[in-house]
Amino acid sequence: MRLPYAGAIDCDLHVPSPTIAQLLPYLDAYWRDQIVNRALDRMPFAMMSYPPHAPISIRDDWRAAPAATALDTLRTQALDAFGVRFAIANVIHGSVALHNDDMAAALCRGVNDWLRVEWLDREPRLRGSILIHPQDIDQAVAEVERLTSDGRFVQILMLAMGERPLGRREYFPIYAAAERHGLVVAVHAGSTYRYAPTIVGWPCYQFEDYVAQAQAFENQTVSLIAEGVFQRFPGLKFVFMESGVSWLPVTMWRTDKTWRGARPETPWVDRWPSDIIREHIRLTTQPFDAPDATAVAQTIERIGSDDGLLFATDYPHWQFDGDDVLPEGLSASTLRKLLIDNAMATYPRLAQQALGDAATNEETIR
Amino acid sequence: MSRHVVCSADELPPGARRTAFVDGREIALFNVGGQLHALLNRCPHGGARICNGVITGIATSSGPGDYRLERDGEFLRCPWHGWEFELATGQSWCDPRTTRLRNYEVRRESGGNLVKGPYVAERFPVIMENDYIIVEL
Repeated sequence: MRLPYAGAIDCDLHVPSPTIAQLLPYLDAYWRDQIVNRALDRMPFAMMSYPPHAPISIRDDWRAAPAATALDTLRTQALDAFGVRFAIANVIHGSVALHNDDMAAALCRGVNDWLRVEWLDREPRLRGSILIHPQDIDQAVAEVERLTSDGRFVQILMLAMGERPLGRREYFPIYAAAERHGLVVAVHAGSTYRYAPTIVGWPCYQFEDYVAQAQAFENQTVSLIAEGVFQRFPGLKFVFMESGVSWLPVTMWRTDKTWRGARPETPWVDRWPSDIIREHIRLTTQPFDAPDATAVAQTIERIGSDDGLLFATDYPHWQFDGDDVLPEGLSASTLRKLLIDNAMATYPRLAQQALGDAATNEETIR
Repeated sequence: MSRHVVCSADELPPGARRTAFVDGREIALFNVGGQLHALLNRCPHGGARICNGVITGIATSSGPGDYRLERDGEFLRCPWHGWEFELATGQSWCDPRTTRLRNYEVRRESGGNLVKGPYVAERFPVIMENDYIIVEL
């Protein structure tokens, strides 16, 4: 269905990933030299999870009708078309898959500064995600700390499939920084392909890869619960983006069921995993992988709460046609929560800005 | 509520466990270091005979990576699926609100008191100089 009113908060929108040529002004002299003189500026750095010319990556009519500039295109096709109050921009960039930790960190810094200057400074409805390369925890935390004074960055961005499950304690410094600064930890579909994206081995086709993303989110959910991330960081929220939704009730039930018998193995898990999931994990609603209004309502009922769903367009990915950006089967009260209230409850920085506190985005960031 | 003599005290020494049928119900009896427990011998989850479960403590933690085993001897783990129950109350540790193992009053009394009191000793010819295990249903 269409959006019933303006003022929604789009929690997953993609600005086009920058080319290396676009990033060069945001790199320091050393990395500019390395990138240019090693001919790396000819590399696309596109994520193989989202091949630029694949149908899923950009909706056909959007691809066919670009406006004069990329920003105008985004305004016309997304921000104005859906009448959003805020849209959280996510840049899925191939730098996070590099094995060279220092180059990856330099490119992440470049992407984040490019997002700030080229997009956030020019469009007040946009909010940003801090892209990090989580395989180097120290540099990832440093990048978060570098950008926290800019209140327009509302979350930290990682991929669903990296090197190790996201509950592992090595990531705790990132989560501590997130909790300390009122940032959400966002996990977007995608893989660095360190390992096969399905548990049973390498698939042949892109559609297999896309379907398998939901299993990665299941695995990450169980890891976050089992490792006690939310016992250690009770103020932390995770947002899963482009995860789909239908896998969640099954995962909750299965995790509860298994935990009862295996509880002493992880004694810090001090209540039902499903309660922890409902409190700390949020899912964006594109794609909502249920076939019709009845199935959507049943999925929400089986999750046991409508607090955990966040509106998203997933623009420009081809998840829906026309203006039907919402799943069918949502009650008026659920709709209101999904479009506005849940995001305000999830993102401390959005809530603060909505209250009229000036964002400190003019502070110098070095 | 009725009281039933289920065995003589020397048939349930410390460290021992046994079952007894009372009014058609199978009761699991435990003597953990002198502390007596009587529970319905049927797990509320899958119906396992919980008299075969492990008696142990409860694993607790202050956070990820911190492990402690506390209150040794106060908990029973069901032999089928590992659900944990507090012996003294029958309460499930994971789900105290809705899952509970039926438990009963159990105590040790001397044969002399039993014969003098208003209670009928069942199935056991009570010998006054011995102690007996009494379950209240």
